[in-house]
Formats: sequence, structure tokens, C-alpha cells
Amino acid sequence: MSTEAFDVAVVGGGLHGLSAALHLARAGRRVAVIERRWTGRHASGATAAGVRTLGRDIAEIPISLEAMEMWHRITTIVGDPCGFHAHGQLRVAEIAEHMPALLQREAKIRALGYTHEEIIDAAELRRLVPALSPHCVGALVARRDGAADPHRTILAYRRACEAENVAIVENCGVESVDRQGDDWLLVCGQRRFRAPVVVNAAGAWAARLAALFGDEIALGVRASMMIVTERLAPLLAPVVSVVGRALSFKQSDQGTLVIGGGLQGAADLDRERSSVNFAELAKGARAASELFPAVRGVRIARCWTGIEAQTHDHLPVIGASPNAPGLVHAFGFSGHGFQLVPVVGAILTDLVVEGTTRREIAAFAPRRLMQERVAA
Amino acid sequence: MFRKLHDPGAQTVTIFIDGRPVPAELGESVAAVLLRQPEAWCRTTPISESPRAPYCMMGVCFECLVEVDGLASVQGCLTPVRNGMRVARQQGPRSLSA
Amino acid sequence: MNANETDLLIVGAGPAGMAAAVTARSQGLSVRVLDDQPAPGGQIWRAIETVAETPRIARLGEAYRAGADRAAAFRACGALYEPESQLWQIEPGFRAFLTQQGRARSVTARAVILATGAQERPAPFPGWTLPGVLTVGAAQILLKTADSVPTSPVWIAGCGPLPLLYMTQLLAAGGQIAGFLDTTPRGRLGAALRHLPQGLGLLADLAKGLSWSLALRRAGFPIIRHVAELRAEGEGRLESLHYRAEDGREGEVAAEVLLVHEGVVPNIHAPLALGCAVSWHAGQHCYVPDLDSWGETSQPNVFVAGDGAGVGGAEAAEPRGRIAALRVAARLGTLGEGAAESAARPERGRLSRALALRPFLDALYAPRPQVFAPADETLVCRCEEVTAGELRARAVQGRPGPNQIKAFTRAGMGPCQGRQCGYTMAHIIATAQNRPVEEVGFYRIRPPLKPVTLGELASLDEREPAA
Repeated sequence: MSTEAFDVAVVGGGLHGLSAALHLARAGRRVAVIERRWTGRHASGATAAGVRTLGRDIAEIPISLEAMEMWHRITTIVGDPCGFHAHGQLRVAEIAEHMPALLQREAKIRALGYTHEEIIDAAELRRLVPALSPHCVGALVARRDGAADPHRTILAYRRACEAENVAIVENCGVESVDRQGDDWLLVCGQRRFRAPVVVNAAGAWAARLAALFGDEIALGVRASMMIVTERLAPLLAPVVSVVGRALSFKQSDQGTLVIGGGLQGAADLDRERSSVNFAELAKGARAASELFPAVRGVRIARCWTGIEAQTHDHLPVIGASPNAPGLVHAFGFSGHGFQLVPVVGAILTDLVVEGTTRREIAAFAPRRLMQERVAA
Repeated sequence: MFRKLHDPGAQTVTIFIDGRPVPAELGESVAAVLLRQPEAWCRTTPISESPRAPYCMMGVCFECLVEVDGLASVQGCLTPVRNGMRVARQQGPRSLSA
Repeated sequence: MNANETDLLIVGAGPAGMAAAVTARSQGLSVRVLDDQPAPGGQIWRAIETVAETPRIARLGEAYRAGADRAAAFRACGALYEPESQLWQIEPGFRAFLTQQGRARSVTARAVILATGAQERPAPFPGWTLPGVLTVGAAQILLKTADSVPTSPVWIAGCGPLPLLYMTQLLAAGGQIAGFLDTTPRGRLGAALRHLPQGLGLLADLAKGLSWSLALRRAGFPIIRHVAELRAEGEGRLESLHYRAEDGREGEVAAEVLLVHEGVVPNIHAPLALGCAVSWHAGQHCYVPDLDSWGETSQPNVFVAGDGAGVGGAEAAEPRGRIAALRVAARLGTLGEGAAESAARPERGRLSRALALRPFLDALYAPRPQVFAPADETLVCRCEEVTAGELRARAVQGRPGPNQIKAFTRAGMGPCQGRQCGYTMAHIIATAQNRPVEEVGFYRIRPPLKPVTLGELASLDEREPAA
């Protein structure tokens, strides 16, 4: 049985794995992406594809702003616009009592020197989103934010990888890991891969993969539910979320409404399946029809969930393993990783090529989720 | 495209298709009535706006989507007529401002 | 017991669903039957209660007339019958979500029998989306429910018993046939005869088939054999159709209405959505749910009866419905295991007799290869308007399955949710990737099974009492 040798083996063919592979290949590395099913099978294919700096955790703002700059020139990175439109993202206050929190948020990030979030009044809100119910009183907006087309983005990243001679190996799950000299040996059924560096971009299954390398990482799972409707004539351009409700509401290029917001279905990691809970999803439909009364009669085309990893602090894990030489983690994006895709590939390439990065990633260190081992 | 073989007599009701009164028989579906009209189509698609008409009559093709009494994208083949029912053909992607 | 709870939920009020309901009620179960039609009967006995009161029952034939007694027995059995209700989701346990008269609600049950029947096999060809092209089944439904026939002499293209039956019924009703494009490939009868079972009971069925053919021949319209390819053309509606036979003979004729039929396939969306395992049925060229001898799927207490279990016709649907209902009664404790077994024995005999001729029919009317290999310009996904050429181009990039190509092309994402393009997609992938179609698989079925509105879904939350 032959072993295929690479400089880097990226485990996980989601967008973060593909982005890592793309940047590493451009840095001259021979890269394989090893994917148990197919590229974009889980979270990347089930995302609402919001491209959002708005409301980010303070620790994420620097890389999120850099990622946003990259989204605005995404064609130069992957050769395709990825369906990205910067029509802004808004967080809406339905009642006056919800405004102080938005005002405080704006003040807090301005004090830190950031200007990408801006308070707007009811009149400006109405101008930006005429379809919104008139009861809404104001919003926080990030005007350079927007949304992309998830499937087009997956295809663009995949093709860009292939153009850089990245080996994309699908239907190939890592079953065990061994050490062979300075290399890791990844055993995947009939196939073997060896590489000195492994990127763990295995999403919801990343903790299981980490454990094969000896890293015990506490990782939760989420299965956010989404609703997509029939196609409609243009109704709104920005992405709208609402204070105090699980709702994210936008219209795709195809005209379908894409309604999410983090309502949770059920995830089954072993069976690699997730399911919709309609009694729960009804809350999202209710929120959507209260914020946009005209949509009550709109028909739902389909609903789904996607399985992804969630950390206890909702920050991603990005960084080298403290235990396993050559293992770099990138997972746990907790429902908001899509926007970070371009920059995370660049960060991982720094870590692999330089051994360090000038970008601010201290808050994402894997060690914070490995307390038991640290204490021991 | 189709014609009715008998006179429904007492079973006759009137429905309105795009505002025009049309006779129908209790028990038959909106799609069956649409297929008796001179216009062959009952909607145009949201993408190319090409005309479509009822195709399967049993609820699995979704070609007979029409607006019924203000509710849009209703399957005409699964909707029995009622007296006074208002049916509108749908053209292209639905516009919610209307 | 809460009004929203029953022992057994039956989905579909056709031959299988009605038979299951009558049996389950006779075994003391509480039963709810959901059906999207306004009256019982399924497709085979559509509008039977209404038509049975009129003289036109005579021209629809004996098999249709038989539905009147079944509908009456069903009405009398005490099942909670909810017509015009659209089932759009079943969650484990079981909670079923439905919409009726524009209102959404959920009901619970301890067991489920899916009796959702079959649909006509989608057989795409250039122009099949033009107004004026319908299925033969659609025309038959129009005849039964609306006493309507094509205005002008109609062209019929396809193969299988249904076109023959419909043409007979149409002529009896005074309709006119312009011509029949028989798409049965050459040499099929010889191949099918190997499957002809022994037994005299079946001769009656064969004689019935032959008598249709004789009546049709007497009518004198042209019959063109071994038609392989079709193309419908027109500006905004069907105006002409072009056909080409196996031997290269071609023709172009003016047409206002073209009816097509290439057999039927089980409705598998509901079982797939419930996670029931399915397997490829090579003889019927479709997926069927994996069922035990009682009709139970791989999901405990979920049963499939009727043509949804594999196409067998009404005579097979009824015993299948009764067998499943007996098993449910045994499961829920109103009937002993042994008693269920004894009661099922005669039903199994009926089922096996009803299915005896099926391999012969399957072989005789197996779809021609062109059904699965439409020309590049053909719209395969009617909803999202995706052509066979686009699917083929995607299918050779890597080794994608139906769900990946769906994501990239949107084929299967429209309101019909792949009911019209799923099998064509699978065959295009299989051919492009040179692998067997049964290995390709089918779309993952996303809920809801029917396009419920946001307001209907929202109303489920609005009615929740405050916690």
C-alpha cells in the first residue's frame, strides 16, 4: 500500500480547509485536502453566508476587518466574485428600550478606535430597508458588510485550490494517526497520507480529530436551522438581524429569502446528520413575519440545519497545538466563521511557514479549551 | 385546451380568473377550470418568465401555482373551486409590494 | 386522549390508506387519515363518490366503479378523515405537521402508515414544459373529476397500461384521438413473456389489455410504434410535435394537446424525509423503501403501503394496507401476534396474486433508454430551469453526487423539490461517471414536504400558550 506524501495535509474540505490549502499552496507548499464526504458537505454548505463585521466579539474585530478588506477584493483571491454584495448588515431595535445596548456597543468600539459600526435612526433605517415593519426605531449598521453565495464560494475556493495543484481527496475519512519520523501518517481506509504538518479544519468533528493527536479539546456542537423561501421580486438588500430575537433575514441573488438566526435543530455527529425542529423554527418564522409583515404569505421552499463546532466562549480555535508538533488547529467558529474564511487561510499559512503570525490571534489559542491538561 | 362534456346545471358556480367571471362545477379543481380557458398558461416562471400550465394534476409538479383569494403560489390542482373564488395568474417572481 | 392524538396516522386515502384505515378501526385503533384531495379514492378512484351518482360511471370501467364500495366502507369505519390537508413534516415520536384550510397544526400518533402512492415517471424531452403538454394521468384525472376532454383530437405518447386505458375511456366519452406514439421499444414482448407467470386467473387481466387494444384499433387513428424521441414546439404553447422512431422514421404534426406517460414510480419523498432506507428496484427503475413482510420500514413503526411500497396497482395496495394495519394493531396491543399472523395470511395470498403479473408488465413497459438520457437542451429541472447539458457538464467535474450538483446548479431546489428531476439527475450522473445508477443515490429531502407559508409556520408559535 503506497503512502502519498505532502508538505501539508489539511483535514476537512470545508471553506476554512480550502482557504488554508489555497494560501499554503501559494506559499509553495504541496497540499492535500482530505475530506470525509465532499467539499462543503456540512457547515460550509449549510451557511447563510453572511459577511459580517457587525457585532463581532472584540477579540475577533482585527481579523474580521482584515477579512472584510479581503472580501471586497475576493475576485483577486479566488478568481470569482463569490456572489458577494456589500449591501450592509443591520441590527435592528424594535423598541426604544433596545437602543441603549446598541448605543453602548457603538461607543465601546469607537473608544477602541473602530468606526465600522454606526447608529442610524428610524428614518435612515426606513430608507435602507423599506420593507421593514414601521414599528422599528433604529439600528446599528455596518455598511461595508454584506453576504455571499455559499455554493459559489465553495466552488470558487475549490477551483482556485485545484489551479494551485492542491490535491482534493473526497470520500476519505481519517481513521487513525501515527508518527513516522518527523511526519504524521494519516490512515484513511485504503489510503495513507504523510506530511510533517497537519491542519485540523474538521469543523464539528475537529475535537475527535484532535484527540487522535493527543489534544483533548472541549468542543460543543450546533445545528443552526435555516429557512429558504420561494423566489420573490427584490424586497431588501441588506442583511437584517434584530435585538432580542433569533432572526437573520436577507434575500439572495436568486430572490429567495434566507432566514436564519441561530435557532437550533438537533445534530448527530456519529450519523453525520442533523434535523429540523419545526416547533422551534416556528419562532423564526414568527420573528420574520413580525419584522416583515408582507412575507406572511410567502412559501417556504425548504429548511435545513448544518452541523458545526461551537466553543464555550464562541471564539474560534486558531493556533498550533501545544502538544503535537506540526499540528495546527482551525475550527470552532461557532456559527460565524464564513466571513473569516479568507483571513484564516492567511493566518494558518503564517503559522505553518513562519511559525508565528503578526495577526492578533492570542484569544483563539487552543490551550484555553484544554484546561484539564494544563492543570495536570 | 380542454372542454367539459356535460352541463353542470345546479352544480354551477362562478369563479373569477384575473377578474373575469368563469363558470365552474362544484367538485372540480381550479386547475381543471384554468385548462378550459382560451389562454393556455396559468403562470410564468420566476426565472425566464416562460409560460406554464397544469401538467400532472396530482400535486407533484407545482406548475399550476396560482393566487387564490389573495394567497399566492397555491397548487391549483389541489384546490376545489368555491363560488366567488378569485384566481389570479402569477407572472414572474412574486412581488410583495403589490 | 387529546383530540390531536391517535394511535395510527395514515397518510393518503387511496386504496391502501382506506383499506388500512378500515382494518385498523376493526381492530380497535383510533385512526387519523390525512389526504390532500377533497374526497377519498386516491388517484385510481379520484372523485368516485361524485361520479358514482352519474351516468358517466359507465364509461370509466369496472375497476373504477369498484372504488365506490371502498369509499363507502372507509367513510363508515370511524377513522378521523381529514381531506384537503397537506402533510409537510413528520418528526420522530411521531408528530406530524399539516396545513388544512390555510391553518397549520400538528398531530401526534404512535404509528404511521404512509400510503402516498405513486406519481408518473418524469420523462423529460425538449418542450415538455410547454402549456399543452400534460401527462396521461393528468388527462384521466380531468376526465374523472371535471368530465373534461381535450378540445381537439389529442396526441398521446408513451407506454404502459395507462395510455391504453385512458384512450379507451376517452373514446367512450366521445373524445377524439389524433394519434398514438407508442414508445415501447421493439422486442419487448418477447423479453417480457419470460416473466409471464403460470395461472389462469391472470388470463382475465391479459384479455382486458387485449380488448383495449382491439377497441383502439377499431377507432382507426394512427399508431406509430417504437417511438424513441419526442420534441414539442410552439410559441408560448404547444403547436407542433416532432417524433422519431427507433428505425429513424420521423414525423412532425400539428398538436394542441400532447399527453405523455412512461409508467409510474413510488412517491418516496415522505419515507426519505423520515430517514427510511430505500433500495434500487431494478425491474421498476426506481427506488423503493426497504420493507419487511408487514410493510414496516427501517424506522420502527413507520410503514409504507400501496404503490409507495413498489408499484403494484390497486389490487396489491389494499392487501398491503391491511397487512400493515394488522401489524400496527399487534404492536399497539389490540391484537395478538398470532391472530395478526392468521389475519394476514389471506391478505398475503391476495397480495402475491396481485403482484404475479407485475414482473411481466415491468419488463414489457420498462422505460426506453431515452427517458433517462434527454438531449442537452431539455429542461430537466422544470422549477429552476436547469438543462440536461448543464447537469452533464457538472457531473464530470470531480465525482459529484445529486446533492452537490443540486447545490451548484439549483436543480431540485424549486417548489417540487426534485419530484420531477430526481431520477433524471441520477441517471445523468450515472452515465457521465460510468457507474450504476443505484449507486448514485437520490436527493436528500429537505422539509417541509409541501411549501407551507411563513405565516402558517409562524402561527404554530403564536398559538403556543405562554410558558
